[in-house]
Amino acid sequence: MTDSSTSLQAAPYRSQSYPYYSSPAWKRFFLTREFAVVIALIIVAAVASMSIRKFSSPLTLGYLLLDVTPILLIALPMALILISAEIDLSVASIVGLSNVTLGALFDAGWPIELAALAALVLGIVCGAINGFLVTVVGLPSLAVTIGTLALFRGIAVGILGTRSVVNFPEYWTTLTTSVFGKSGIPYVMVLVVVLALAFVLLLHFTPFGRGIFAIGRNREVAAFSGVKVQRTKFILFVLSGLVAALAGIYFTFRYGSARGDNAQGLELTVIAAVLLGGVSIFGGKGALHGVLAGVLLIGTLQSALRFVNVTSDVINIIVGALLVASIVSPSLLTWLKGKITRAAKEGTSKTPARHA
Amino acid sequence: MSLFTSLGTRGSRLAALAAVAATVALVTSGCGAGETSGPSGSSQESTAKDLSIGFLPKALGNPYFQDAAKGSEEASKELKGTFAEVGPAVSAADAQVSFINTLSQQGASGIVLSASDPTAPGSALTAARKAGTKVVTFDSDVEPKFRDLFIAPATDESIAKIQVDLLVKQIGESGEVAILGASANAKNQNAWISGMKTELAKNHPNLKLVDTVYGNDDDQESFNKTAALLQSHPQLKGIIACTNVGLAAAARYISDSSFKGKVALTGLGTPNATRDYIKNGTVSAFALYSPKDMGYLATYAIDALGKGTISGKEGETFTAGRLGKYTVGKDGVVNVGDPIVFDKSNIGNYDF
Repeated sequence: MTDSSTSLQAAPYRSQSYPYYSSPAWKRFFLTREFAVVIALIIVAAVASMSIRKFSSPLTLGYLLLDVTPILLIALPMALILISAEIDLSVASIVGLSNVTLGALFDAGWPIELAALAALVLGIVCGAINGFLVTVVGLPSLAVTIGTLALFRGIAVGILGTRSVVNFPEYWTTLTTSVFGKSGIPYVMVLVVVLALAFVLLLHFTPFGRGIFAIGRNREVAAFSGVKVQRTKFILFVLSGLVAALAGIYFTFRYGSARGDNAQGLELTVIAAVLLGGVSIFGGKGALHGVLAGVLLIGTLQSALRFVNVTSDVINIIVGALLVASIVSPSLLTWLKGKITRAAKEGTSKTPARHA
Repeated sequence: MSLFTSLGTRGSRLAALAAVAATVALVTSGCGAGETSGPSGSSQESTAKDLSIGFLPKALGNPYFQDAAKGSEEASKELKGTFAEVGPAVSAADAQVSFINTLSQQGASGIVLSASDPTAPGSALTAARKAGTKVVTFDSDVEPKFRDLFIAPATDESIAKIQVDLLVKQIGESGEVAILGASANAKNQNAWISGMKTELAKNHPNLKLVDTVYGNDDDQESFNKTAALLQSHPQLKGIIACTNVGLAAAARYISDSSFKGKVALTGLGTPNATRDYIKNGTVSAFALYSPKDMGYLATYAIDALGKGTISGKEGETFTAGRLGKYTVGKDGVVNVGDPIVFDKSNIGNYDF
């Protein structure tokens, strides 16, 4: 706890420089990982609309957006959690639990609005359980959420057993899948946009959000800088549970069905999209416009490939390869860059690494 | 450490490169498939000339559905139409929806569907039918209001009865029996199981059904459920496994255990999955409706619907190639025919 030990510990982080602070603003905005994903999305969408018959219609857009809505929603808090160097694998199980709770309560005669509210509250409880185990008990989130993944799914399957609840009120199911006139944009996008704006504000424009980045970079440094590390993480897990429950309600109305095994495996799709969007699995790095573009990129690619009757196994291979490439590329390039500069330096004098 | 630090500007280049690679894949595959799409828009346009069938099983890679796909493809060829098999890699309630949407947008003249969930694909199917795509389900139905016709694998009663009959033939009229099902969510499983219960109660009062367990069409789970069944009911004389995965798993457990020869096993299965157990005597006979004929019949039904020969009402008739004439039954159900019984003498003739 002496001064010398802290300064020694901090030393390695000095080499983690931020080269783009020396560049002009437009460079810092456009020459980023996130912007590359946005460009990739635009290219894929443009090529698909031009080369595939009947792809460029409002209908395609509508179906695409309906398909990716749960992923878009859950990706928002997931990005924040990953940036804080934690992970939440239990989201799909919370979606399933919320879906089943809504179904079971509706089946038991509750008004649908009240049942939905109960599902949201349950989502908050689930998130709080994750948050409690991670922050108060101090367990690693990977282990905790693998456990609650099984726990919440087990409860979901247990509640309905082998039954499934159907016949949800038509008003809600129609509302969920309805679109604005002929634009193809579903009503539910309003919800997505509002939430996305809220999360962008939270992550990029508040001290709370800067705290998330600080935690992801270095927990101790963040704590000594006045960031309430545990409270921040706890809030993130609760947010994640809440949004997952919301996605569960959407899922229920979109498909008009509540079953214990709904949305199984969704967590991996979400995490894949978030990573593709440029968030670092090691924490401390990422931006929400990249995340949203990442989700839409995967969705558009899947939709386009499905359109030309590519089988789902091949689609999975392509999406998987894209993901691996996107994760490996920055590391590989950094490593290459390091090698080149080191080789160049060997000729010249041994000066320390430049930092801004 | 340096391997994982931020890169700044250069990371964008490789990400863009990956995107370009994906795009190239998209363009090349897009050009090939562009021309094969069927007619667009309204139902009046669909004629036999441009019949395009989208075959959508619960999941790809299942030999049972592959056999049904063969039948559908055969019929599509006979009708000079195009055939495409699409579907999710893993069966899930919501997984088929995006494929239905895509087929409807491509303007397919019909979808041959085995539904993973009776309601989840409902709104997608309704939208597809509005766009002029005919929907014929087989094997596992959706709610009748979401489709035009359902091709039933023989009547539920006849399937229930044949399994009970096969068991009675082996163990006689008295003793304890049990049922190993797939999942209690599936409509067809429920219908058969309740049919078997009725059949047992009505015609075989001394056969006592002591337990019904579900293996969720998972090999390991079915295997374990069989083991548990035999342990908790030592007096058990026979098991009916009304699912292909279950029958093979139960047969594997029994053939390696002390119960071999003491407990009779029959049910529904595919010849390829059950062949070994017919050979080693664990199973003496089992039954199945022909998935190939269902796929074939469903495709002819779509053609008849498209031409306007039938509209899906009870009592209408249509001809389905080599299978002959069929009549639409109540609720738009068409029965493909009686189940086939497989035993040592005929199993060599089948390969699916």
